[in-house]
Amino acid sequence: MSSSRLAVHGRRLFSGAMLALTGLCAFTAVTLLMGILGYLLVHGIAALNWAFLTRLPVPVGETGGGIANAVVGSARLVVLAVGLAAPPALLAAVYLSEWRDTRLASVLRAATSMLNSVPSIVVGLFVYGTIVVRQRHFSTFAGGVALAILLLPMTLQAAAAALEALPGSLREAAFALGASRLQTLSGILLPAAGPALLSAVLVAAARIAGETAPLLFTAFNNSYWSPGWNQPTASLPVTIYTYAISPYDDWHRQAWAAAAILLLAVVATSLITRGLLHARWRSHERP
Amino acid sequence: MHAGEAMNVPECCQNIQPAPATRAGADSAAKIVVQGLNAWYDRRQVLFDIRLRVPDRQITAIIGPSGSGKSTLLRVFNRLHETVRHTRVEGIVLLDGENIFTLDPRALRQRVGMVFQVPNPFPKSIFDNIAFGLRINGLRDHLAERVERSLRRAALWDEVKDRLHRPATELSGGQQQRLCIARALALEPEVLLLDEPCSALDPVSTARIEELLITLKDTCTPVLVTHQMQQAARVSDFCYLLLDGRVIEGQPTRQLFTTPRDPRTEAYLTGRYG
Repeated sequence: MSSSRLAVHGRRLFSGAMLALTGLCAFTAVTLLMGILGYLLVHGIAALNWAFLTRLPVPVGETGGGIANAVVGSARLVVLAVGLAAPPALLAAVYLSEWRDTRLASVLRAATSMLNSVPSIVVGLFVYGTIVVRQRHFSTFAGGVALAILLLPMTLQAAAAALEALPGSLREAAFALGASRLQTLSGILLPAAGPALLSAVLVAAARIAGETAPLLFTAFNNSYWSPGWNQPTASLPVTIYTYAISPYDDWHRQAWAAAAILLLAVVATSLITRGLLHARWRSHERP
Repeated sequence: MHAGEAMNVPECCQNIQPAPATRAGADSAAKIVVQGLNAWYDRRQVLFDIRLRVPDRQITAIIGPSGSGKSTLLRVFNRLHETVRHTRVEGIVLLDGENIFTLDPRALRQRVGMVFQVPNPFPKSIFDNIAFGLRINGLRDHLAERVERSLRRAALWDEVKDRLHRPATELSGGQQQRLCIARALALEPEVLLLDEPCSALDPVSTARIEELLITLKDTCTPVLVTHQMQQAARVSDFCYLLLDGRVIEGQPTRQLFTTPRDPRTEAYLTGRYG
């Protein structure tokens, strides 16, 4: 009798200890994000102001100036990468989910997961060798291509997972009404997976927005506005890298501030994505 | 089934006897005729030499234990089995005397509708659930009237008329299943296949769908697969028993349940099979 009560007591103690341990780990994960953001803001707050976001950098020796060219450069790089890679990634995801047991699908699946694990600096080198060397200059285009190569497998995998997660009963119901494969896809499956597909693109975009290595020898850097897609451009990650390893205190502060802006942009994207996924389905008003 | 058996048919089932033939060579009393049908999943044979007839404008039930091939047989009737890889079918299935394997599968599925075991409304509004089938089949005129008509036929109109543009997923399970029936009825099919339509529903919802099925007989031919013998007894006019992929017996329902010809039918009906 007393030994069984002792056992119950022991189990409760163990349960309490495990609860505390898991709670502590969860707390640590949340604190890490808040800690990084707080640390960046504390160090960069002095440099964070409207001018920082809207001005060009100033020459070494002068204080002040901004990173407007890097913000715009990053935006252009990410938009170019999404524009280049998202459409083929989504179409390939449709192929993977519609013809999932074909030989090509299994080859595609394996290739995607391998491409996803290629180090980003290797992707940068590849683009350097194939585009930059051939063109004999760095360019926004080359940077966008490097980021697109990173974005493609990430988007493809997430989008294919979203489509494959749709219940097969939806496809069956559409076929049973005489729908073709295209009508089933465009009328039922893609709308049903829409928010998940968009979030697949956004998550990958947020991920590549912080990539530095592939940009170092593709988009390179620029102290001024990049005049076009064919010229080198500044970007947030490369600016952070350049400023952080410089010997100037003012540039250090600006590197912290730029890092805070990059992180805020990524966090905002991820919040939008979560909102999309949790958004309640809304009806389409039709006559 | 055969003219010679007319004497034995109970009163309730006499109307299944052949009506005057309207087409040379075709038996107008039979909506669907299956001859020597075999089916395989990969190399495993699941249907063996199926021969049966589905009388027009009557409810035909196909009963049998799980895994007896009922659902597979039903899916051959609208060729939905072809959307699953590694299935193979041999034999003849006639719809109004026409071999369905020579028809365009999409045209066939417009004539032979289907309702599934678990309600599967599209993640769209109630209205669009029904409008989808109409639009893809080119029936874009009088859309609202067609939607209303099919919801009325599925006895769902009064419950949803004020929220046609709300998500279908907000409906209860029984309502969702009636919506799926309405969705199939919107295309005015000649045959409505129902694959255990009540197995996921409570008794009240089940009763509503059974009542609804009986009212459908005036415009189409429901074919009901069920593992609930009582349901077959309640709603069907004609009943086939499938065991291990073979038709054991097919008779007017009351006859099958009261005077089965095959000892295996009797064993199954009394719970002694297997």
